[in-house]
Amino acid sequence: MSKREIDDVTGVETTGHEWDGIKELDKPLPRWWLLTFYATIIWAVGYWIIYPAWPTLTGYTAGLLGYSQRVTVADEIKAAQAAQSQFRDLLDKTPLDQIRTSPDLLRFAMAGGAAAFQTNCGPCHGRGAQGFSGYPNLNDDDWLWGGSIADIHKTISFGIRSDQKDARASQMPRYGLDKLLTDSQIIDAAEFVLSLTGRSTDTAAAARGRTVYADQCASCHGADGKGNQDQGAPNLADEIWLYGGSRQAVVESIRTGRGGMMPAWAGRLDPVTIKALAVYVHSLGGGK
Amino acid sequence: MDRYIIAADPEAASGVARHDVKAVNRREDRSLYASRQKVYPKLAHGRFRAIKWLVMAATLGIYYALPWLRWHRGPDLPDQAVLLDMANNRFFFFFLEIWPQEFYFVTGLLVLAALTLFLVTSVAGRVWCGYTCPQTVWTDLMIVVERFWQGDRNARIALDKRPWGPVKLLKKGMTHLSWLAIGLATGGAFVFYFRDAPTLAAELLSGTAPTIAYLFLGIFTLTTYLLGGIAREQVCIYMCPWPRIQGAMTDHETLLVSYRTHRGEPRGAHKKGQPWEGRGDCIDCKACVVVCPTGIDIRDGSQLECIQCALCIDACNDIMGKIGRPRGLIAYDSIAGQEAAASGGVAPLRLVRGRTLLYAGLIGLVGAIMVVALINRTTLEVNVLHDRNPPYVLLSDGAVRNGYTVKILNKLHEPREFALAVTGLAQAKLAIVGMDAGASVRVTTDDLRELRVLVTVPAEELARLESAGTPFALVVRDLASGHETARITQFQKPSGTNGRRP
Repeated sequence: MSKREIDDVTGVETTGHEWDGIKELDKPLPRWWLLTFYATIIWAVGYWIIYPAWPTLTGYTAGLLGYSQRVTVADEIKAAQAAQSQFRDLLDKTPLDQIRTSPDLLRFAMAGGAAAFQTNCGPCHGRGAQGFSGYPNLNDDDWLWGGSIADIHKTISFGIRSDQKDARASQMPRYGLDKLLTDSQIIDAAEFVLSLTGRSTDTAAAARGRTVYADQCASCHGADGKGNQDQGAPNLADEIWLYGGSRQAVVESIRTGRGGMMPAWAGRLDPVTIKALAVYVHSLGGGK
Repeated sequence: MDRYIIAADPEAASGVARHDVKAVNRREDRSLYASRQKVYPKLAHGRFRAIKWLVMAATLGIYYALPWLRWHRGPDLPDQAVLLDMANNRFFFFFLEIWPQEFYFVTGLLVLAALTLFLVTSVAGRVWCGYTCPQTVWTDLMIVVERFWQGDRNARIALDKRPWGPVKLLKKGMTHLSWLAIGLATGGAFVFYFRDAPTLAAELLSGTAPTIAYLFLGIFTLTTYLLGGIAREQVCIYMCPWPRIQGAMTDHETLLVSYRTHRGEPRGAHKKGQPWEGRGDCIDCKACVVVCPTGIDIRDGSQLECIQCALCIDACNDIMGKIGRPRGLIAYDSIAGQEAAASGGVAPLRLVRGRTLLYAGLIGLVGAIMVVALINRTTLEVNVLHDRNPPYVLLSDGAVRNGYTVKILNKLHEPREFALAVTGLAQAKLAIVGMDAGASVRVTTDDLRELRVLVTVPAEELARLESAGTPFALVVRDLASGHETARITQFQKPSGTNGRRP
């Protein structure tokens, strides 16, 4: 302990510390500051008592208020649902094709559907529902299983080739893998399919493929190649190709039979959300 | 500390009270470390005190009455003249209804207010601080209350020196209670600017007002009590930035509350009948010191602590009248005027100077911009946003479709019908999701409607479009007036020339 030193100018004791010849006066902390500091300590003690604070061996001190962020969030969600309940009830009661007649209800369904889409459908169909190879673009007017709002609702509810009993299901034969057709027959059939949209470059092969098509494909895809939505058979005479429209991609489709899957959402999502999703997907532009 | 020297006072016959005091904020005693010495302002009488009473009545009157002023705007809209409607994101100001995106009108008003402050300061110093600043007005009000309960300066000093007892407790207690009541009234008026005043008043009294209203009521009660009742001049001296800035606005020609040194010095006590030759008019009675609300001595010259309230002018003029000397020993005067007077001349008051012209010019300019903006204010806003994902959609017949989000904002106080059309894109078809083809779009009073619009270009037209995006106009036509609002946006097609997927 250094001996007490009194500053000449102010008459105040110094702290005894010196930096580059500058000494610090031992002034008390400002009273308002000190009082604020004590107040925060008292506040902290109060906080420990009424809020969850200290960990114990098996849990934590719960506090007098019994506050929990989990409960708060649950309450907030409940309150939000209660606030939406009039629209949810209305959406539940309104038939699918009547929803668009009420602008407010339509807006509610679109907003709810958009949010649910991002979470549940976006991972496969894309956040903009733009689709990827094998995952249909939901913005266009080409529908495998029908584009009416009722069709869309059914597809979302039961899925495609899912384990649900009402699922939409069909199976295209694996012509190549199961050796149902020879490689040259497959190439000819592909050439004929390309000719439907005027893209065939080998007219002889396309002519040979016509017979193959008539025997094997026409029953589902139709004689004119326009497909059949009852069986989920794609339209082969349009500009949209789920797995790509190149010769190679078409050959591969015939060889392997493709057949994508979509899970059933009934049971996972509540009926009102599925309805909102149907409205949203239908509104993306291609809805019939 | 403060005593009346009656017997020894040579001027006693003329009723001049001498105060044996030092200004608590004397320039040479100022220290950054000193704790505050309480200021006990004495009541002044005179022209400037009268002006301050009037300004106080006017400013407080406006503050309390404005939210109750009604302004009819039609159905579905609030009829309060000045209302900051936070819930609906609107600011109603008499004939103006400001939407969030028009907040620049408020910015403009604030810029105008700042420039006006600059102009006034360059002409006559801290008029704002001395007369109209809420801190000054409320402090003045708090002092009135203090004076009512505890008496004027000397009585208050005496009361503070007395030991605590029932009388002191009562007087002090009533003072603080009154201050809190004033604070409550201040906060009470403030919240009315944010919600329909009569409704909120009923809610406040019945305990059903929103929590936030009570919260702000509490905050304002406390801050008014603290700033106006307790802190007072410390707010002006230590907290407020304006005294530091004002030095940049004043110059040699600015009228400031000044002690005319050349007339006052040398100062000193004066016996009645003594000649005035060879001495100054200041009899050092310190009447100017005891009335000062910031506790300074104006005779130290122009200083940051002076809020230019001019009460020392009133006090000094009173004394000058009693001792038979000309009034105006302390007066509004410029440095140039003082310098001229010191050398026996007179400096004319120069109001037109580069500085005042600049500020006045800027006020005119900003005001003109505001008026032009106000006249050209649109009652319709249209926003068109092209879908980002997906940027285009190929349809089964080879046509390409683009999606747009169109927002139509109707600022009129009546519903409007609109028709949408595309120009500059051959063969393009327009459809609105959820609406029949050709149906008009109705936007209700004072509302925003968001539409999803699809524009389709057939396959055979695609080759003519630019691959980087073709600009076209989306036109929104008001069916009633025929007025058209066009927004340029883009149409995207797939890469490759004919739109076909490779």
